[in-house]
Amino acid sequence: MTVIALATRGLNKNFGALKVTQDVNFELPVGARHALIGPNGAGKTTFINLLTGMLEPDSGSIELDGKPVTDLPPHERVKRGLARTYQINTLFPDLTPLEAVTLVACERHGMSRQWLPPLSRRTALIDESYALLKQLGIGDQAHRLTRHLAYGHQRVLEIALALATHPHVLLLDEPAAGVPAQESGILYEVISALPKEIAVLFIEHDMDLVFRFASHITVLVSGRVLRQGPPAQIAEDPEVRAVYLGTAVHA
Amino acid sequence: MLFSIFQGIVQVLFDGIAFGMLLFVMSVGLSITLGMMKFANLAHGVFAMLGGYVCTALMHRAGWPFLATLPAAFIVVAVASVFLERFVYRRMYTAKELDQVLLTVGIIYMAIAAAAYVWGPEPQAFALPDYLTMYRHVGSFSFSTYGALLLVLGTIITVAIFYGLERTRFGAMIRAAVDDRRVALGVGINVNRVFTITFAIGSGLAGLGGALGINALGLDPSFPIEYLVFFLIVVSIGGGGTVKGALAAALLLGLSDTAGKYYVPQTGAFIIYAVMLLVMLWRPNGLFGRP
Amino acid sequence: MTADTPTAETVGANAAAVADFRARARWRWYEPLFWLGAIAWYFLFPTYLPLGTQILCAALFALSLDLILGYGGIVSLGHTTFFGIGAYTAGLLAKHGWGEPLTCLLAGGVTAAIAGWVCSFVIVRVQGVALLLVTLGINLVLYEAANKAYTITGGADGLQGIVFWKLFGVFDYDIYGRVAYVYTLGVTFLLFLVARRIVHSPFGLALKGMRENWKRMPALGAALRRHGALIFVLSAALAGLSGALLAESVQFVALDSLGVQRSVDVLTMLIVGGTGVLYGSFVGATVYMVVRDQLADLNPAYWYFWIGLILVVIVLFTRNGLVGAVSDLADWIGRKRGGGSAS
Repeated sequence: MTVIALATRGLNKNFGALKVTQDVNFELPVGARHALIGPNGAGKTTFINLLTGMLEPDSGSIELDGKPVTDLPPHERVKRGLARTYQINTLFPDLTPLEAVTLVACERHGMSRQWLPPLSRRTALIDESYALLKQLGIGDQAHRLTRHLAYGHQRVLEIALALATHPHVLLLDEPAAGVPAQESGILYEVISALPKEIAVLFIEHDMDLVFRFASHITVLVSGRVLRQGPPAQIAEDPEVRAVYLGTAVHA
Repeated sequence: MLFSIFQGIVQVLFDGIAFGMLLFVMSVGLSITLGMMKFANLAHGVFAMLGGYVCTALMHRAGWPFLATLPAAFIVVAVASVFLERFVYRRMYTAKELDQVLLTVGIIYMAIAAAAYVWGPEPQAFALPDYLTMYRHVGSFSFSTYGALLLVLGTIITVAIFYGLERTRFGAMIRAAVDDRRVALGVGINVNRVFTITFAIGSGLAGLGGALGINALGLDPSFPIEYLVFFLIVVSIGGGGTVKGALAAALLLGLSDTAGKYYVPQTGAFIIYAVMLLVMLWRPNGLFGRP
Repeated sequence: MTADTPTAETVGANAAAVADFRARARWRWYEPLFWLGAIAWYFLFPTYLPLGTQILCAALFALSLDLILGYGGIVSLGHTTFFGIGAYTAGLLAKHGWGEPLTCLLAGGVTAAIAGWVCSFVIVRVQGVALLLVTLGINLVLYEAANKAYTITGGADGLQGIVFWKLFGVFDYDIYGRVAYVYTLGVTFLLFLVARRIVHSPFGLALKGMRENWKRMPALGAALRRHGALIFVLSAALAGLSGALLAESVQFVALDSLGVQRSVDVLTMLIVGGTGVLYGSFVGATVYMVVRDQLADLNPAYWYFWIGLILVVIVLFTRNGLVGAVSDLADWIGRKRGGGSAS
């Protein structure tokens, strides 16, 4: 019996007359490597925003580790182990990677509102943050300002920030977006080295990445789940091919 | 007894709506500017002040009749605003809010100093033409002709603005640019040009309002700062970017202020500020605004 | 994440990481200059001590604003609310029989902090122009209330008849303002140290995060509202303390201690000096007050024109006020000399 880390039942979201998420039932097991694909405008990022609490659903429920989180604000969900990255780098331009990850570590340890003790005394926290950066291969960038980092390294930092919250569910929104071919190697390594206990859902357009890392695929079209299944099955599915071939004609 | 209550209400309505109309004419430009370029132009009052000085200069130096100075104020201020927009404001559209606020505060300071230098720091002597200082008596009500002028002009301008926005092509472009600037650019609207023209019209209206309002609000170099709060209140209560919002807010403000002065004169300006706070707390984006 | 036995290399690298944070918090060479200058002022300009005291109070007030604005990203057009509350609290206590300076100072700070706490419930729920207007509105309402309640506050005439007791029971406030200046300098320095601690604490890092990327913070587990409330309360307390300090030095509370003009002034000082760099508030306050003192006497119009021009030039052409301009210049010189990007 697989343990489900994240689940939605009957999730719905409308923007006026536009139905962006329609009756989505979804399950993400512990340790999953699950890809969410679909044409542009299918509602993939919206789905992630609903999962994290940035958007409120019109109806339906979301459960994290079996407990309902539908009414919790985003930061509460993070505290329960749900983290995400952004398709467009949403980083701290004038902080160094070390500062940024340490910031997250402070939040996680609940010491982010301590205003008298010097930060430099929290050596264990700083060590831990530095170790994370090294583990992800950007340890040598730890002291440069984020806005001076190469784009590929910024994408890795994007993931580092999410990992620093010690999540057990990780939502990656197009992690390889915009990364040039020569820098994507380090990114792929990071993704394949993600701890086995974390359940990962990633949105991707890059089919290479999808077939390389995903053990399960969900296809989203116009806010609705079209198909779910293992990669081989999805690749052969005629309806899925029609959707992709169809949009290729319009593009 | 009942009749005197009724009389009071009618009086307040008349004066309040008239005042509201004046505020609307002065503030509508700021509302649209804020909605279109997301630019917090606190120096909007400078345009109103300039219009007032154009009016007094023309009346006292050139002997123009009052009503004739109104279109002159509109045109002079509109043209002046184009220069300000092109050479100063345009660089700041993408700047942080705080920088925009402080830039415009700096401009206010400079304008105040310039006005004091050119026209002196004392309030301008101003006398309405005789036919505007009269009161018409209808039964036991007395309505000032000045108030009637405000109502008439205000209504004409309001109707013209609504008609212009809803029925003309330029109006459609303005609405598109306010609604979503990026998309408007995408469909080929020259947003910068639309903005400059709209800015000029809005500033011209402020100038017109400034001239129109000398009788009610006075005119001296500190005008932009004194009445800054009024403009901000109209924009905040109405929600930036909508003419409807500016009208509703201006009327609400005009009525509250007049009613306050009529029924509880001791509280003074308190009432409007309290109204503003309450509305902001209830609807932070204004009555008609969007986040 | 497995814990390996740390190698010498790892330990070395980790120590370097910690050292980096410590280095940021260290005193820079130019910092003691300001304080030495303030001490020198006492000896060099004995007739300008009241001005010096006012500059210090203004600098402290500007620092309190920098905490929410430069560090927390909360733009307020009404911070004078708390300055005034601090001033009136200290003044009213003294007027009604309790004139011990240190306790009055503390009372001013605490009252302002409570007011800040109350306001924070609204403040953290609004942003952008709405935030500007709510803060402005609160300031205006309080000003009008103080104006109308002249039986308590003295209205437009200000709170008069205040006498503060001897400082520490020994030092009497003298006409030349010597005691006031030294006292103000001491308190300002202590509070500055506190502000420095805040900036270099875990909370300071969270604030920087809020300012750098507000949107990302909740996605990292940060309860933004609570962070915002905390910095707002701290800032209000500091503002209240600076108001009480001024009241104690001049033994008078003017109605404009609550005026919006002061809110705009302090904002100007901060922009001229530079936000988010601690010393920007001191530089800005000094420049503003000195220029005003020199120019406003000649002709108020001159003052307005020049400060307006300075503001416009600073906003259009500098990245972050005078401190920012100087540090950008230093960077540029450094790059010309040494080459390579500095972080």
